[in-house]
Amino acid sequence: MADRLIKERRLENDAWKVVPLNAGDDPAAVRLPVGPLLVPVAVWQARKACLIACEYEHGWPLGVWLDPSDDPAAIAADIDDFTVIGVHFPKFTDGRGYSIARLLRERYGYKGELRAFGDVGRDQLFLLNRVGFDSFLIGPGRNAEDALAAFDDFPEVYQAGADLPIPLFRRRAA
Amino acid sequence: MYRYDTIDHAIVRARVAQFKDQTRRYLANELTDDEFRPLRLQNGLYIQRHGPMLRIAVPYGLLSARQLRTLADVTRRYDQGVGHFTTRQNLQLNWVKLPQVPDILADLAGAEMHAIQTSGNCIRNITTDHFAGVAADEIADPRPWAELLRQWSTLHPEFAYLPRKFKVAVSGSREDRAAIQVHDLGLQVLRNGAGEIGFAVYAGGGLGRTPLLGRKLVDFLPWQHLLTYCEALVRVYNRYGRRDNAYKARIKILVKAIGSEEFARQVEEEWAHLKDGPSTLTKTEVDRVAAQFTAPDYENLASEDLCHVAHQREDKAYARWVERNVHAHRIPGYAAVTLSLKKPGAAPGDATSAQMEAAAELAERFSFGEIRVSHEQNLILADVPKSELYTVWHRAKAAGLASPTAGLLADLIACPGGDFCSLANAKSLPIAAAIHERFADLDYLHDIGELELNISGCMNSCGHHHLGAIGILGVDKNGEEWYQITLGGAQGNNASIGQVIGRSFAAADVADVVEKLIETYLARRHADETFSDTVRRIGLEPFRASVYANVTRERKIANG
Repeated sequence: MADRLIKERRLENDAWKVVPLNAGDDPAAVRLPVGPLLVPVAVWQARKACLIACEYEHGWPLGVWLDPSDDPAAIAADIDDFTVIGVHFPKFTDGRGYSIARLLRERYGYKGELRAFGDVGRDQLFLLNRVGFDSFLIGPGRNAEDALAAFDDFPEVYQAGADLPIPLFRRRAA
Repeated sequence: MYRYDTIDHAIVRARVAQFKDQTRRYLANELTDDEFRPLRLQNGLYIQRHGPMLRIAVPYGLLSARQLRTLADVTRRYDQGVGHFTTRQNLQLNWVKLPQVPDILADLAGAEMHAIQTSGNCIRNITTDHFAGVAADEIADPRPWAELLRQWSTLHPEFAYLPRKFKVAVSGSREDRAAIQVHDLGLQVLRNGAGEIGFAVYAGGGLGRTPLLGRKLVDFLPWQHLLTYCEALVRVYNRYGRRDNAYKARIKILVKAIGSEEFARQVEEEWAHLKDGPSTLTKTEVDRVAAQFTAPDYENLASEDLCHVAHQREDKAYARWVERNVHAHRIPGYAAVTLSLKKPGAAPGDATSAQMEAAAELAERFSFGEIRVSHEQNLILADVPKSELYTVWHRAKAAGLASPTAGLLADLIACPGGDFCSLANAKSLPIAAAIHERFADLDYLHDIGELELNISGCMNSCGHHHLGAIGILGVDKNGEEWYQITLGGAQGNNASIGQVIGRSFAAADVADVVEKLIETYLARRHADETFSDTVRRIGLEPFRASVYANVTRERKIANG
């Protein structure tokens, strides 16, 4: 069973391929498959010209993905170039991706698709959605249809987030 | 106290429904153990030696009598009728059954209670001074700020999967009774020259394997910035705290590794982006919350009650209880009372359902219907008229809540230890029982005077042993239970971490060792000097000599 994509609260087909970067791989030399790609930050930095040329030539939109240890500031200057930014969750208990998402949305003003992938399931969706993710690659063996219900887990929230810039206490007072 | 509005109710009910569904999927094998573990921990549910343990949140230690009755009821119906109050002011039930936990949570939600974030790698229950609002040395009531932080941290979207747990304490008085320097984040409420409220911010304190005192990051953070600054601080921790080793994942390790100045600089840099943003607190919101912590309708009473004075003269047992368990109050004619959860034969902090109900009734009749949990694992009636103290004492005695030992050695603090907790290396309760038995003589206890003795069953330090004048830590040596002793710890404004005295002791020797340490203290102390002050003045050596000399001599005798 393959990964299933949830995008804007619906199951969608996924055209994107994630380009991995294993330890020891040369970012300037990894093979780039055809089609829209999510490339590691290091590959984006090494192959920017080539990837942009592919976009012009084939119409493949640009994408990049970040590991939890990546600094979103590294792609801040190019942020408007990307159609999709992915954030990888090697384990769902690694919460760095939540801060990365808020920085991308709230600090660097990213407006495109923000995708969580890796160890991502329904019990993370509500909070992931709150920090700015709008697409989710649900791993094999997990029930993506069930996961759709998670967006409505809570009717209200206390804090401001990427989804809702005004905290409850200001809305309570209004 | 803070009362839920419809939104608070809706959020807590939604959490109950969410957890009910998570439990259903786990029991139906749709979630693996590894997937379910962090989810249940975020709702206070551990799997322990005897089954699940549920830790119920008591935000900043404050309960209404009605809530305490609900806890009594839940403890009776779903557990074996005994609950355990913890050093973080929460209540633990050790015998719950997993399929019933959603029902327990639903019952709690009906009384404006929950188990949200009482465990897991997230922002935990926020603790404060159990004399908040009544202490004579109070600068400002810390509870509204603790409640504002509770709401901010509850289901915070960014901070559900931190490197490790994150504990916050707030103190509003001159004497710190909330141990803010041994918390991941400690906040001291202050007033500046203009009378405006702000906070001194400490970070990176904690006990456990690497005990460290928090470092001050900010001298005075104006109240408007409380949430944005905390958000910046926790974000820096979330991004840069270690995740490769659970023992090195607390914020204290990050602060120590990069230095508190550098850590403060990184927080400031992050905060610069959040400062004055929408999460900046408003006066409207602070007023809304603070209005729910106003003083009760105190009567105009004489500062001293003649009957109370006469009873103390005539009844030595009462006088002893008053001396230890009755505390000064800022309003004339009122006092705060410690209802002791310490007595020989019972685990420190344990309360039966009947005792909880008795305490709830005392609160309703004599203390404006509110009760607090102290981090010393006792219950507190904060607002008792002095004229009622004698009645309160009699009723507390009948309920087994009147051990006249608050602050004395017999008021010792202990975690549940190896009898219940699956993390423990050693038992703590039999050690507590042996010490209680050894120091059963009240005259002797009162002669010794104030002395904190803390027992932890493992390095997680739930019994805060590092802060005890005498600290006892259970350690595992080749599968056997041994006990390491530290001396000279202290909480409060002059918080200090106890020093290890030497090699550890067998369980059977611990009470003897404590007795010898006490004898040394009594022989060497100057007038009114605390145990830890004596340790500081004369060093560990005289204490060491008293305990190890004997052990060696006994061995020689045993060897012939």
